[in-house]
Amino acid sequence: MSAADKNYTEAQYLEADQYQPRTRTGRIANYVDQRVGGTGIVREFGRKVFPDHWSFMFGEVALYSFIIVVLSGAFLTFWFDPSMATTRYSGSYAPLQGVDMSTAYATALELSFDVRGGLFMRQLHHWGALLFILAMSVHMLRVFFTGAFRKPRELNWVVGCALLILGLGAGFTGYSLPDEVLSGNGLRIIDGMMKAIPVVGTYLSFFLFGGEFPGDEVIPRLYTLHIFIIPGMILILIAIHLFMVVVHKHTQYPGPGRTERNVVGYPVGPVYAAKAGGFFFIVLGILCLISGTFQINALWNYGPYDPSPVQAGAQPDWYIGPFEGVLRLMPGWLGPIPLEFVIPTPWGGNSVATPVLVPMIPIAVMFLGMFIWPWIEAWITGDKKEHHLLDRPRNAPTRTAVGAATVTFYCIMWGMGSNDLIATHFQLSLNDITYWSRVLIFVGPVIAYILTKRICLALQRKDREIALHGHEAGIIEVSPDGGFHERHKLPSEYELWTLVSYEAPAPSGPRPNAKGKVTRVEKFRAALNRMFFEDRVEPVSRQEYLEALEHNGHHDGATGLEAAQSQEQITAGHSGRH
Amino acid sequence: MKALTQKRRHPFAFVALLLLGLLLTGGLYAAATTVNEAQASNLPEGYTSEQVEEGERLFVANCATCHGMNAEGTDAGPSLVGVGAASVDFQVGTGRMPMQMQGPQAQQKPPQFNEEQTAQLAAYVASLGTGPAVPEDEYLDVDQGDPSRGGELFRINCAMCHNAAGAGGALTEGKFAPSLHGVEERHIYEAMTTGPQNMPVFNDANIPPEDKRDIIAFLKTYENQGTPGGFSLGFLGPVSEGLLIWTLGLALLIGSMVWLTSRSS
Ligand code: HEC
Ligand code: HEC
Ligand code: HEM
Repeated sequence: MSAADKNYTEAQYLEADQYQPRTRTGRIANYVDQRVGGTGIVREFGRKVFPDHWSFMFGEVALYSFIIVVLSGAFLTFWFDPSMATTRYSGSYAPLQGVDMSTAYATALELSFDVRGGLFMRQLHHWGALLFILAMSVHMLRVFFTGAFRKPRELNWVVGCALLILGLGAGFTGYSLPDEVLSGNGLRIIDGMMKAIPVVGTYLSFFLFGGEFPGDEVIPRLYTLHIFIIPGMILILIAIHLFMVVVHKHTQYPGPGRTERNVVGYPVGPVYAAKAGGFFFIVLGILCLISGTFQINALWNYGPYDPSPVQAGAQPDWYIGPFEGVLRLMPGWLGPIPLEFVIPTPWGGNSVATPVLVPMIPIAVMFLGMFIWPWIEAWITGDKKEHHLLDRPRNAPTRTAVGAATVTFYCIMWGMGSNDLIATHFQLSLNDITYWSRVLIFVGPVIAYILTKRICLALQRKDREIALHGHEAGIIEVSPDGGFHERHKLPSEYELWTLVSYEAPAPSGPRPNAKGKVTRVEKFRAALNRMFFEDRVEPVSRQEYLEALEHNGHHDGATGLEAAQSQEQITAGHSGRH
Repeated sequence: MKALTQKRRHPFAFVALLLLGLLLTGGLYAAATTVNEAQASNLPEGYTSEQVEEGERLFVANCATCHGMNAEGTDAGPSLVGVGAASVDFQVGTGRMPMQMQGPQAQQKPPQFNEEQTAQLAAYVASLGTGPAVPEDEYLDVDQGDPSRGGELFRINCAMCHNAAGAGGALTEGKFAPSLHGVEERHIYEAMTTGPQNMPVFNDANIPPEDKRDIIAFLKTYENQGTPGGFSLGFLGPVSEGLLIWTLGLALLIGSMVWLTSRSS
């Protein structure tokens, strides 16, 4: 905390600018610096403060794994040739010698078996890709459940969502490049989905594949997307994302000295920068460890792509799992009624493959909801204030419950993507898993919503209890008159801050608009608002705290007073900090 | 040659051919049935009469409750007439029979009979009617097989149930195709010729014996080459990889994050 408070005077900066280097290296560094303006950049960014909490580091992991994926990908491009021309394999992997295959597959095998370090780099690239998207997802969950997406950070949330989607695109296009049976199966599903779109589907598919599936165009096209367009877009968005983080400054959890107007933590330079640099190597180390010990995408198993065979256990990478799962979940028939139907047209009829189209709806709704959630929430709550202090998830019970319901929904689809492996490994019937999941996909999120909300409220009540009466110390005391009671230990000042500084507004009811009329939309909003805030646990107020102190017979708790007031400051309103 | 073609044009040639055809088929049928009868009462090829007798004794003691006293089948087990020695050798040799409990599929357990007893049981069942025989050693010699051709055949015929790496996979209603790692050459061959339970039969017209040997050679090469990239994670592909990154990967990360941030204050 101390480092953050340190202020440099203008004189000190001037002194730094007049700096005369003595060593040769120093002179070179200074020469470059005066032209590149390094000091200015470091001064500007170096003084940004980054609070310390482990959950804030997933964004960094995403950045570092992206860098690792780009570097290892660059290595792969030296050998990989994305051509679909047929060659006969003559590399050193015996069980495929003499087999006809595409050049793409042959060079991916060459990378695996005949290029020194190639297999490791392939594995590093693929494990890195899995970690990249994992880190983005967890980062996103952290941002969601702590409410960090609220004003003024809504747009950065949207940039983050776009990054996630681009990450999925990067992963999927990469997964399709080696042109073995597994990746071909994935493309076949994409082909099927496109063809399921009425009327234009076939044209779209022919457009992508340059003719009838699989054609000989698609791998080079995916390659351009994979190594150039998508990473380029990701890079630009990352730049925007980080720029906005600097502009908005970082959010922080409530605590002593932490207000809506400051950021408590370490300045980016030099302590934080050193740590971040170290952390890059930790992430690299973890990825190298995994890539060196665990095989990933053993593409020599699958054989060259051929549209006829399908293999047991054919699955996409984890981040595409829910898409696969929702297709497996969807029935093709409802009892005796087929869900696929044909629209009669003058040229013969157009088949509408609802079993393929319908499952895309929940996915689309989920992703759309993700993009616009900051506005949905602000609209419902009517909250127009800026927020720089984070919510503990329990202190926003409804948001947390909505998040938990969505995660449940996602996980059921995700699990269904591996229903065959669940069946074999838990000795269950594949059919039963599918039938149950069809029920669970509707019931599960509702249960998750209710449970989560109840748990949050219960935790809030417990917090209140602790703030007012302290922790149960586990010591039973007998009073002189024979009564028993348990001794309570009052929370520390630090703890008290986290327990009481949050806001829990009461439902606000419909408000008339400028013409004094309560519109139907407004009524709907008010209903949602009620749902949001109806069940609430009042934060401890200053008054209550004092009374409780009195009651407990403690008179030395004055340090807690400031903490107890913080909640009022928060609720009283504020406008940004600078 | 020329004379023959001319004769065929003769009006009587058709009648003569017809007669000849009828005679031939009739004769063959008679011959075949007698061979069959001879086999039913006599010895199957490659077994001694002691083996058949001993096999019958074992069968009555261990198998007849489900398969019937004469292997004619009961409600609890199918008829074994004509399933052949290969089927018995596979079912008993892999420990599937005698079946322990009813379920979606006969479970494997350690074999209950030794080689000698298995051969006796096979001899007995083979004596009941012709069926696929235990394969000759020539077709089990993986050194003569071509693993890359076998690999292609495997991916086309077997991988949809058994997984590209032979790790096994799910079928409907609790049935499954087992992992093929560590299965003996003979049993792989017999599985193909007899098609146990939900597995289709791959007879010699579908996959000739030489091709079966190629498949076995592929499976054995695959098994012996190890996993070039490190631990295989059960050969299950993206699902186990995803699981690993979400468990081990995430745990290592969070561990290092907590360590880093705790160092600061
Ligand atoms: C508990 C009942 C039971 C016992 C005991 C039993 N079997 Fe079976 N057996 C079955 C059933 C049921 C099947 C059918 C399996 C299936 O297809 O799921 C079967 C199938 C077989 C087959 C495969 C038939 C085919 O179509 O290829 C053979 C061979 C066989 N049993 C041999 C034996 C032998 C030999 C024994 C004694 C050592 C034995 N069984 C004991 C129930 C039994
Ligand atoms: C329709 C799915 C299917 C196909 C295709 C298939 N199998 Fe099977 N296979 C099975 C099932 C089911 C079993 C288990 C039978 C049992 O337990 O009795 C099995 C069992 C086996 C076994 C015995 C494994 C053991 O652990 O004892 C072998 C060996 C085998 N299969 C090889 C093959 C080969 C080789 C091919 C391709 C030529 C093939 N299978 C094709 C479904 C299939
Ligand atoms: C943006 C994030 C990226 C993700 C998520 C990603 C993901 C993937 C994945 C999952 C594969 C399949 C790998 C395999 O198992 O073989 C792959 C292949 C490949 N990637 Fe990437 N990648 C990314 C960026 C890049 C970049 C920037 C490059 C090049 C500069 C690149 C080059 C390649 C090449 C050449 C292959 C094919 C090589 C092979 O399959 O062996 N990737 N990528």
